[in-house]
Amino acid sequence: MKDIYDVIIIGSGPAGLASAIEAKKTGAMDVLVLERNSEAGGILPQCIHNGFGTVLFNKDMPGPSYAEYFTDEAEKYGINILTDTAVIDMTPSRHVYANNIISGFIELKGRAVVLAMGCRERTRAQIRIPGMRPAGVYTAGTVQRMVNIEGYMPGKRFVILGSGDIGMIMARRLTLERARVERVVEAMPYLTGLRRNYVQCLQDFDVQLDLGRSVIGVIGDKRVEAVKTVKVDESFFPLPGTEETIECDTLLLSIGLIPENELSLKAGIELDPLTGGPVVDDKMETNVDGIFAAGNAVTIYDVADYVSLAGYTAGKNAAIYAVKLKNNMIAYRHPNMIKITCGYNVRSVVPQYVSPETLSATGFTLGLRAQTPMEKNVLIEILAGPTVIKSYKENYVRPAEMIIKNIKPNEWFCPGIEELSVIEIRLIEME
Amino acid sequence: MGNLTEKKFDFIIAGAGIIGVIIARELSKTKNRILLIDKEADIGMGASSANSAIIHAGYDPIPGSLKAELNVRGNKLWEETASELEIPFKRTGSYVVAMGGTEFTMLEELYRRGITNSVPGLRILSRDEFLTREPLINHLARGALYAPTAGVIDPFTAVVAAAENAVTNSAVILTGTELKGLNLQDNKITGIKTNRGDFYTRWLINSAGVQADSIMHMAGVRPEFSIKPRRGEYLIFDASRISLNNVLFPVPTDKGKGTLVSTTVHGNVMIGPNSMEIDWPGSPDTTSEGLAEVLKNATRLVPSLKTSDVIAEFAGIRASGGDHRDFIIEIPQVIKGMINLAGIDSPGFASAPAIAERVMEFLIEAGEDLELRKDYNPRRVAPPCFHKLSHREKAELVRKNPAYGRIVCRCEEVTEGEVIEAIKSPAGARTYDGIKRRTWLGTGRCQGSFDYPRVIEIMSRELGIPVTEITKKGAGSELVLRHTKEKEAV
Repeated sequence: MKDIYDVIIIGSGPAGLASAIEAKKTGAMDVLVLERNSEAGGILPQCIHNGFGTVLFNKDMPGPSYAEYFTDEAEKYGINILTDTAVIDMTPSRHVYANNIISGFIELKGRAVVLAMGCRERTRAQIRIPGMRPAGVYTAGTVQRMVNIEGYMPGKRFVILGSGDIGMIMARRLTLERARVERVVEAMPYLTGLRRNYVQCLQDFDVQLDLGRSVIGVIGDKRVEAVKTVKVDESFFPLPGTEETIECDTLLLSIGLIPENELSLKAGIELDPLTGGPVVDDKMETNVDGIFAAGNAVTIYDVADYVSLAGYTAGKNAAIYAVKLKNNMIAYRHPNMIKITCGYNVRSVVPQYVSPETLSATGFTLGLRAQTPMEKNVLIEILAGPTVIKSYKENYVRPAEMIIKNIKPNEWFCPGIEELSVIEIRLIEME
Repeated sequence: MGNLTEKKFDFIIAGAGIIGVIIARELSKTKNRILLIDKEADIGMGASSANSAIIHAGYDPIPGSLKAELNVRGNKLWEETASELEIPFKRTGSYVVAMGGTEFTMLEELYRRGITNSVPGLRILSRDEFLTREPLINHLARGALYAPTAGVIDPFTAVVAAAENAVTNSAVILTGTELKGLNLQDNKITGIKTNRGDFYTRWLINSAGVQADSIMHMAGVRPEFSIKPRRGEYLIFDASRISLNNVLFPVPTDKGKGTLVSTTVHGNVMIGPNSMEIDWPGSPDTTSEGLAEVLKNATRLVPSLKTSDVIAEFAGIRASGGDHRDFIIEIPQVIKGMINLAGIDSPGFASAPAIAERVMEFLIEAGEDLELRKDYNPRRVAPPCFHKLSHREKAELVRKNPAYGRIVCRCEEVTEGEVIEAIKSPAGARTYDGIKRRTWLGTGRCQGSFDYPRVIEIMSRELGIPVTEITKKGAGSELVLRHTKEKEAV
């Protein structure tokens, strides 16, 4: 095994594999992908539902097929994917330390590195559900893996907390495995996952959805016997007298995802508190030179295709960086990066920085999320100081659905734009 | 902790909490045959599994009480015990923080009590001196009583390590074994009845914690005495968000030592407990009100504690003796062959080695031969903890045993090698929670989401049982109920 690579990619999910392929296509010679699971694809192999590939391939594919497209491509390009390998340490100088049963504890060096670790699920502790601590409280992704990969059922009667996509998809999956889904409970007054999943996974399978309710207690000494739910107000305060006890043996939590960035912190990478992921520029480069990031490690996406697209950007720029470094050239970062900030009703934005050069010459992909739903006649406004330099009409914006905009060269323009330090984005509802 | 052909013992210890395992360890050094039983699926599942993890200095108990004497002595003995058994133990020192003038005068009272109890090194610190030692403390603090001998311990490892050492020295441990009755002859204990059949013994040592009273009543001892279990709730904080230098107590009240703010041996800030009498049996549960109370009390000492940084909450149980506020440590008069250890609430953990020492003294007085075996081994070697090793040591470990090359818990970086070790060790784990307590897997940010399927697979393989028999904490807590595609009526 070599120890120096042009590009090392951490994670072989939709972001990592796309990065690897694009890095190779761009001219990187040695590309290595490190994956902690025993097969490539990250979370995709357990996502046996469809909904993948609609943007990239105009096809509706299940997760494993989507992964297979990328692993086949990777093989075609001679990309080395090392599975069963967990990266446990990393330095700002791009030394990567990983653990593997066959190769042992290994130290590698990347001329460029792409962080594509994906995300993890929020847990019971983070929303502080009181009660006992019996068996039968699981996160949705864990149950998805148990059912779809390991082939076992963790329960017979489920209550699902959270109307996120994984939760709803699991409601359908568990019903198909002859379990009973007693209820999907959502604390928000609106759905937090995609509408299409509500129709296809809950409505079509007669699963009841309770909006504006939360779980306030777990009952059961050895195994879950019931959960207590209650109606909550806008500030999530329980409303007395609205308690309901639902008998079940499993509480499944689908209460949000958090970008996984413990390694990023070890490498000295700055994180954005709004996204939970690295602050990146339009090239998906972090504040540490030569370290790029893509996918759910950067911000939580709702469509895997956009994760792969971000991976392409990161992979391409990582390869350019690595090739320059190999030829003793200094990789260039524009001296005036413009910060993109969140204005009214914008929860987060990626990338957080864009160069004037990108705005005028190449264009880039912008992803943003709304803070609260706006259901009609929405305007996305791009501001330079007080001046609106561009606006986009949307029928609606919802926190569950990331808004993706492909910004063409000079689409955002105003005199002196290259001197700007900040561009603000806001969402407004027209009369 | 399973098969047993031997039915005759010199000592049977009922209850494998910290008191039971430390006594088992002491007795296992002698020529006697020792059986330690616990009704739960693992050792240390009761009060020892969820507590403040503090080795108190001993200024708090009333002078002249067993608690005062055994706390100070136990604190001293832990030094050697922890070192022999490789238990994480740090003498951090502790501070009782006075928030106003009245509380400050109470520090002096506490100081005098500590001196009477022979607590070494006590000192009252001025506000300024204290603030330099703990910058996160509420700046309204008037001063603090400093006790340098207080420390923090890993309570899970403490129980496991003592039990492993006892087994190494030929003690037998049976979990899932509940004492159902006593066999008596001429008012002397000759054996016990359990769900696994009868066992002969010359002595029964009752260290059953919350159920110590019911065993006493079986023997007709102290029929008026009853354990009043008290629940304490705790919160644990993300180590990357907040860290403290010290163990901080409020000024104690009639109700107890109050809600403390401390740092575990793993580096996480921990706050708690509150104190609430609860019904038994059943697991103690956490409540929104209780956790809010704990947080309110703790922020009085450290205002910067934030709920958004909480990574885990739990509730523990203390086997309090109700109106009988001191420890009960006795060879009762009304029956022969019994030692009762009851009402062992705080400072029980701190006192444990001294309680064991006291039990040995009682047995010698009763004419028992406790001469040490020549071949006894006082040491227990801690298994490798992958994430604490240097890069070089990690490489070396994986080279020797490739099972350490597979990470099964991503947050705490626990490897398959450590899980196998936890199962195969002398008092090995048989439950998911048992592995968690021994390896610390599943305790981090993802709280087990990543490791569950992996650990289930390893347990099934190593224990040779189907996945549907893997439990979280014993029968009835199965993690997986059936395979997919199995026909079954719902």
